Amino acid sequence: MSGIAGYGAYVPRNRIRSEEIARQWGKDPASIRRGLLLEEKSVPGLDEDTITISVAAGRDALARAGVDPQKVGALYIGSESHPYAVKPSGTVVAEALGIGPRVHVADFEFACKAGTEAMFVAAGLVESGRVEYAMGIGADTSQGAPNDALEFSASAGGAAYLFGKTDLLAVLIDQCSFTTDTPDFWRREGQFYPRHGGRFTGEPAYFKHVTAATRAMLERTGMKPSDFRHAIFHMPNGKFPLAVGKDLGFTKEQLATGWLVATMGNTYSGSSPTGLAAVLDVANPGDKILITSFGSGAASDSFVFEATALLPERRARGRTVRSMLDGKRRYLTYGEYAKFREKIILND
Amino acid sequence: MRPVAIVAAGMTRFGELWQSSLRDLFVEAASEALANARASRLDAIFVGNMAAGQFVGQEHLGPLCADHLGMAGVAATRIESACASGGAALRAAFAEVASGMSDLVLAAGVEKMTDGAEATAVLATAADQEAEGYQGITFPGLYAMIARAHMAAHGTTEQDLAAVTVKNHRHGALNEKAQFGRTVELAEVMTSTMVADPLRLLHCSPVSDGACAVLLCPLDQARKYTDRPVKIRGSGMATSSMALADRKDPAWLDAVHESAVRAYAMAGVEPRDIQVAEVHDCFSIAEICCIEALGLVERGLGARAAPSGETALGGRIPVNTSGGLKAKGHPVGATGIAQAIEIFEQLRGDAGKRQVKGARIGLCQNMGGSGASSVVHILERA
Repeated sequence: MSGIAGYGAYVPRNRIRSEEIARQWGKDPASIRRGLLLEEKSVPGLDEDTITISVAAGRDALARAGVDPQKVGALYIGSESHPYAVKPSGTVVAEALGIGPRVHVADFEFACKAGTEAMFVAAGLVESGRVEYAMGIGADTSQGAPNDALEFSASAGGAAYLFGKTDLLAVLIDQCSFTTDTPDFWRREGQFYPRHGGRFTGEPAYFKHVTAATRAMLERTGMKPSDFRHAIFHMPNGKFPLAVGKDLGFTKEQLATGWLVATMGNTYSGSSPTGLAAVLDVANPGDKILITSFGSGAASDSFVFEATALLPERRARGRTVRSMLDGKRRYLTYGEYAKFREKIILND
Repeated sequence: MRPVAIVAAGMTRFGELWQSSLRDLFVEAASEALANARASRLDAIFVGNMAAGQFVGQEHLGPLCADHLGMAGVAATRIESACASGGAALRAAFAEVASGMSDLVLAAGVEKMTDGAEATAVLATAADQEAEGYQGITFPGLYAMIARAHMAAHGTTEQDLAAVTVKNHRHGALNEKAQFGRTVELAEVMTSTMVADPLRLLHCSPVSDGACAVLLCPLDQARKYTDRPVKIRGSGMATSSMALADRKDPAWLDAVHESAVRAYAMAGVEPRDIQVAEVHDCFSIAEICCIEALGLVERGLGARAAPSGETALGGRIPVNTSGGLKAKGHPVGATGIAQAIEIFEQLRGDAGKRQVKGARIGLCQNMGGSGASSVVHILERA
């Protein structure tokens, strides 16, 4: 039996409101709020990237687990904004966390699913007995082209999960995936911003894969939607996760805690993992939790966890997601945002 | 000229048809038309298509379509007149049969718009590149200027524009082939996202995939294929200045008017004889201008037709019973044939919940660009 021995999340302090982005491009903020259910999003500071977000989240995961970092035998980071095209993020994160050098490290990429992909592999290695502890991280400083619909959602943040077999905060009941070749969103080598197929990212991509992976999970576990206290679905915008949850038979109450997108934005690889962290911040022992990610290209990973009696005392050792979303924030103008996101070309 | 009849039709659903390529769409519609006529041979194929070269990188649609229909060898060519390509293909097929050159001709239209191309930019190539395109204007902007001109000349209001959308969605909700099978309320239209002032999102027809085909033969051979043929009584085509700025009155679509005058003359009918019409409502303002230019309402009074119910199902002259381009969808090259199919079905009494009772004579009008080309056909139950 394996599961989550520790978890942590990190959301940067900077925010930009949908109104501010809409104002810049002459768009109607009311239709963004109504259509995408997006109020504001997180923005990375000039000194924040996938690596710093991973380290911040990873520290809380180790603190909650109370585990010696030297016992961590594998570290995986899923992101679509690794700072280097060639050179791993994971090596920096491992050293910063005191993990290794006897550790297996890899950077993963699968659009917005890369984070749960890292969790999936980490959990599998622990379950098999190959390593005692393994960490899976999903973190992004997401890209969205200026004046693209993505600009209202693409945000920064992430979560880290330390998988182990003892002193678990949440038991992993099962995990499964659903994958097809569906090119709905992509960024080619050398391109700065991703491109997407508009509404093609909806029905044939997000909805098909999230639904299929979740149904497969319900079938495998013999569980039904009403068995869960919480459910988290990948959050590319406000509408999709609520719509797919409703289609699958989940209630608004089950979705509410993990639905962070309205004020956090879409943290891509960090999206559903951060939603899970927000759920673990409040879950009661015995609560069953479903999480289904989505990555364009396309696939979904689905996991079922059950919170343990140890969770309430251990979670106090780290920051809650809500404390970062609702706590001290700094609102940026579009100009500051453009600077922070390095959208302004400077001379060297 | 020999009298010509439409004897069968085939049509895909319109919408974002992710699973179908251009050739799939054509074959589905064409096969249905052939099956409905129990025909296994063709003398010629005309494929209306605006921009497959830009949308999916495919030109040379004549042989492509014939080949994939299993009819390689048949004379086949692609006809282009921007968004009026379908109407132009129907006219070419009509002339081919009327002249005696061919006895069984397929007039088809197809467009695959959702394969990733920038649809608005592709469509903008149907405007005058030097006078309009290079200045950055696209069709929503051109039709917005037509709307403003109509407002200035005739007092047309944003509410009048919205009433066209509400009507066409109400009709489209009765059409199972339509892209949007839902009704919309006036308030929803009037608060939808602004695209090009005064045109909002719900004043604009969508980006669509789809294909349509009709089968034409001499009227005296029509009973071989169907017991309810529909005769093509008139066909008219006209052009106007390519650039909107060169028109004397931007609120008056002179090519639409001239194409209608020619079709009425050939058919020997007048606007008051038309009992059902499909017109080119690529934007809500276009329907208002088109019904004026066709003489279905008095010049300057087009805006009153939808709010008064005159052009709704059950009204004096039902317009766009299919849902029009707005609700049915607008796969540009297919639209002209889709309009003819709606009238074909109306005149045969096959329009179901959309049926205009007792319709014997109907009209379809298809235009390209900001009205630089227009094709009108007048059909009659034979």
